[in-house]
Amino acid sequence: MKLDSMYQEIILDHYRNPHHRGLREPFDAEVHHVNPTCGDEVTLRVKIVDDTVADVSYEGEGCSISQASASVMTDLVIGKSIGDAMALEREFLALMQSRGTVEPDEDVLEDAIAFAGVSKYPARVKCALLSWMAWKDATAQVVDSPAAGGGAAPEGSVPEQEKQA
Amino acid sequence: MTDLAGVPELDVELVRKDFPILDRMVHGDKPLVYLDSAATSQKPRAVLDAEREYYELHNANVHRGIHVLAEEATALYEAARDKVAAFVGAPDRHEVVFTKNSSEALNLVAYAFSNAAAHGPEAERFRLGPGDQVVVTEMEHHSNLVPWQMLCQRTGATLRWLGLTDDGRLDLSNLDEVVNERTKVVSMVHQSNILGTVNPVAAVAARAREVGALVVVDGSQSVPHLPVDVTALGVDFFAFTGHKMCGPTGIGVLWGRRELLEVMPPFLGGGEMIELVTMEASTYAPPPHRFEAGTPMISQAVGLGAAVDYLTGLAGGAGMAAVAAHEHALTEHALRRLAEVPGLRIIGPTDAVDRGGAISFLLAGKDGRAIHPHDVGQVLDEQGIAVRVGHHCARPVCLRYGVPATTRASFHLYTTTGEIDALVEGLAAVRRFFGA
Repeated sequence: MKLDSMYQEIILDHYRNPHHRGLREPFDAEVHHVNPTCGDEVTLRVKIVDDTVADVSYEGEGCSISQASASVMTDLVIGKSIGDAMALEREFLALMQSRGTVEPDEDVLEDAIAFAGVSKYPARVKCALLSWMAWKDATAQVVDSPAAGGGAAPEGSVPEQEKQA
Repeated sequence: MTDLAGVPELDVELVRKDFPILDRMVHGDKPLVYLDSAATSQKPRAVLDAEREYYELHNANVHRGIHVLAEEATALYEAARDKVAAFVGAPDRHEVVFTKNSSEALNLVAYAFSNAAAHGPEAERFRLGPGDQVVVTEMEHHSNLVPWQMLCQRTGATLRWLGLTDDGRLDLSNLDEVVNERTKVVSMVHQSNILGTVNPVAAVAARAREVGALVVVDGSQSVPHLPVDVTALGVDFFAFTGHKMCGPTGIGVLWGRRELLEVMPPFLGGGEMIELVTMEASTYAPPPHRFEAGTPMISQAVGLGAAVDYLTGLAGGAGMAAVAAHEHALTEHALRRLAEVPGLRIIGPTDAVDRGGAISFLLAGKDGRAIHPHDVGQVLDEQGIAVRVGHHCARPVCLRYGVPATTRASFHLYTTTGEIDALVEGLAAVRRFFGA
């Protein structure tokens, strides 16, 4: 059945047992993002410590795709440098905008490769991206704020290269 | 409510033959089960033919030019106005203004109120300012809420609303308090697009008249499904849209009482809506042209006229009474069948009294956990069943009932009880799919 390409078992697992769910302290920024066409909502907090995504916590209502995506996203970005996490966001965005034409790299995207099938359903792409966009927005607010505890450089790509070197 | 007893029965299988799209297969070999008519209706061949014929034989701009085509196009466009006027019981064809859709029709009235400040004493009834009140209901589509919010922001007037009862009806217990001497305009939905509720417009209009307020009705979901007589309702303005009543997209209607339209400030300025123009100032054409700036939606109006003819001629001329009777039977069947689905909860009236065929619901899985409407809709779509999911442009209703979104199945003259049964089976498949 074609549905199985969207509702991969990994997605349903994350949906039933979401990781890192619930709003936690401490945090540097909190955002609320909505998907007005379907009513999905997410409230998301980030904590940045020394240029690293120390924690991402969230609470929200939404379909299995949006909820599972939030769970997978937190698994991927927590503990990463901002630069690495932003690179993952770009990679995931490219996958979701690919209409099923991109073969995802499991070494990079891990569980998020399960969303490749969702990219074939234009109406659902926004669901999968909701939490990623919220995380990116919240992180950007921390990075852009001069008073932020993170004190990260605005260009996330520089530390990323340092780390990989 | 219209008495539907003794109305000739609609032969739904015959009706379906008029709608080419209903023969379509989706996802390979699944027959289309279209249960999203509240979003937009399908179109009968007669409407498609009318638009094609207009372009193939008569296309020209209207109200200008003296050549044959221009005269034919004008006659067709204005004939559509006559048909629409008769269809909703308008006593005067000049009371029918063509707009783009219901939203534009409602905005037209809302902007008349704020434009009144720049007009003379004739526009007194449309003048609005701090201390004045505008009343809507909690079950409005955003198109009949946001324009009034914006109007209140522009003028300093206060927005108030009638609330909802737990069973999805309009709460009229404080009607006399909410609609009071300060109320200048009451704008309300006739039939809710999310709850299906048919509201007691005449009762609210009677109270509005007592306090001298104008009454605007959003009939987007009633005109396609019920016999509507704007005069009998006792209202001042009535908006509806063509595409939900088997007509094309891009054409809507504002009906308004002539004496009001004649003093109502215009909304959009431009060609066609003027009388005399100088570099300094202009005077305006009488209604309806005063409100139809620019080249209108000609082929769409012709298509809407064809839709009106089609609906009027159904069941040997029983027309909308037969449509209403058919949909009432469908709604009773659907409410009964949906009540059998485990974990299903209807948001809106659970009986078919004063209720149309748009049914919103929530579904829970075998583990009792809610299955999000988006997921419900996706699995139904896989089976060829088209429903709408989300907040249906009526987010305040979702907030009122504490739900993030709903799944909505909605019917029309071509819907069969078999399709409703397919929905019930489809929902069982949804519960199996998301069964833990």
